[in-house]
Amino acid sequence: MADLPDLTATEMLAALERGETTSRQLVAASLERIDALDGRVRAFLSTRGDDALAEAEAVDRRRAAGEAVGPLAGIPVAVKDNLCTADGAPTTCASRMLADFRAPYDAAVVSALRDAGAVIVGKTNLDEFAMGSSTENSAFEPTRNPWDLDRVPGGSSGGSAAAVAARMVPLALGSDTGGSIRQPASLCGVVGLKPTYGRVSRYGLVAFASSLDQIGPLARTAEDAALLLQTVAGHDPRDATSVDRAVPDYAAAVREADVAGLKVGVPREFFGRGLDAEVERLVRAAVQAYEDAGATVSEVSLPHSAYAVEAYYLVATAEASSNLARYDGAHYGHRSADHQDMIDMYCRSRAEGFGPEVKRRIMLGTFALSSGYYDAYYLKALKVRRLIKQDFDAAFARVDCIMGPACPTAAFRLGEKTDDPLSMYLLDIYTTSANLATIPGVSVPCGFTPGGLPVGLQIMSDVFTEHRLLALASVLQRTTDAHRRLPPLLGDGDGGKGATP
Amino acid sequence: MGIERSEVAKVARLARIAMSDRELDTFSDQLSRILDYFDKLSELDTADVEPLSHALPVANVFRDDTPGKSLPVDDALSNAPERTATAFKVPRVLDEGSSA
Repeated sequence: MADLPDLTATEMLAALERGETTSRQLVAASLERIDALDGRVRAFLSTRGDDALAEAEAVDRRRAAGEAVGPLAGIPVAVKDNLCTADGAPTTCASRMLADFRAPYDAAVVSALRDAGAVIVGKTNLDEFAMGSSTENSAFEPTRNPWDLDRVPGGSSGGSAAAVAARMVPLALGSDTGGSIRQPASLCGVVGLKPTYGRVSRYGLVAFASSLDQIGPLARTAEDAALLLQTVAGHDPRDATSVDRAVPDYAAAVREADVAGLKVGVPREFFGRGLDAEVERLVRAAVQAYEDAGATVSEVSLPHSAYAVEAYYLVATAEASSNLARYDGAHYGHRSADHQDMIDMYCRSRAEGFGPEVKRRIMLGTFALSSGYYDAYYLKALKVRRLIKQDFDAAFARVDCIMGPACPTAAFRLGEKTDDPLSMYLLDIYTTSANLATIPGVSVPCGFTPGGLPVGLQIMSDVFTEHRLLALASVLQRTTDAHRRLPPLLGDGDGGKGATP
Repeated sequence: MGIERSEVAKVARLARIAMSDRELDTFSDQLSRILDYFDKLSELDTADVEPLSHALPVANVFRDDTPGKSLPVDDALSNAPERTATAFKVPRVLDEGSSA
């Protein structure tokens, strides 16, 4: 058997059921790998070793006694640090504002993980308050890409993507507002899925942009991502935007995946200026693989996608300025030591607690909503949002899914884009449309650049068709072995080099 | 369309974020460039387009008006920078002669 942490979650569950390993062994192996590698990767902001081992042992006892155990029982998982966990670990959102914040309740998805028997081993790093595309905006430190430690893992769920890519855990939860699951999944060579808006409860997800945020799975395989999505999807009365709609059997969809007769649309606007030639080559090769497997590929047009980044940064920052108004030093979070009155307390606490990118976005959002500018900026962006959604509705009348790149580049070096906020925003060019239109999207590894850096194929489909995305992702994974390659960090001689077969 | 430094200072006041002169300068520059980029949206004719806030027709999500479980007071106060037995302690709110 391979090293325990190199197993997928699905393989771990089979091994547990056959009695070939125990949850304690799995969790201990995960913690050992974190210990060995996280000094260099910095995927985790906090870990809970002793508590995790105790939980693992409890699952082992239940299994041994023949008691019923949940669908993820005994599997080590990681959770992005903008998800509330009430087990004593902090929930920091990678911000000085919440550095010592201890959530008094579990997020809905965290409760779901615990009920399923999963063992949370730690909280992962992110761009502060989920604002960023490289995890360099973390107030604590940047996470490194396991494929090249001088490069970024992407963001904002960079910690979760890196933890999975470095095989510290087989499963992690991230959040995606403008691409924050799909883009780091692409840069780290893992599967990352953003569900339809309303598919997964946002209760306990620290809000960034309430009409765009969604929580989703990161894993090495589509099969594993399906397992995790199944656990967290579903209606929650505590989230008024969550949708009361049956959750399909995602594992069955993956097992029965078949692309014969499937219609794939490739948007011409996603293959223009700014797309790296190497990324384009790998993405087009992946689309070809679907055609070879029996799909019909045609060109589609999403004309308003050219405006998606602008519309996104206006809508998201406006919503963020409202959501982050609660951090004022009064009820929780950082309070400045030195203030003259209440308003001064607000102003200083926020100045001290927030990093520059968070301040920038709050300022943009406040401006876009302010008197005299509301119509030209925020309202205009909401109208453009409808035009973007209409483009997708028209496309999905003709095709079953849309394929293209997840990110214009592979992983870039730390510090390369931090001087120019706008150049960082443009990394979201292919991902923001899905959040604006509320449709689901997945990034699946489709190969490596000659320099050994992963590239992801993004697939989008109509609302509540995550089963189709997972099935399609699994089909690609039958034809490439991109997801089986080991990062050089893990000591495999030929990892990280060479092009895809 | 750039943004005047005085406007940035006004926005900072609205957003309740204290800012140094140097920060105001840097943010003015950055925000101007970003807002110039956003002007691209004005190319689009949206006169007859309805705004979209949620793509799903979710509206008026109600529950019965019956009391349920809520967070115990101590849990709710557990992260308070300053507290009394049952309340968050904050600087005086109302003060004659102070402007908000």
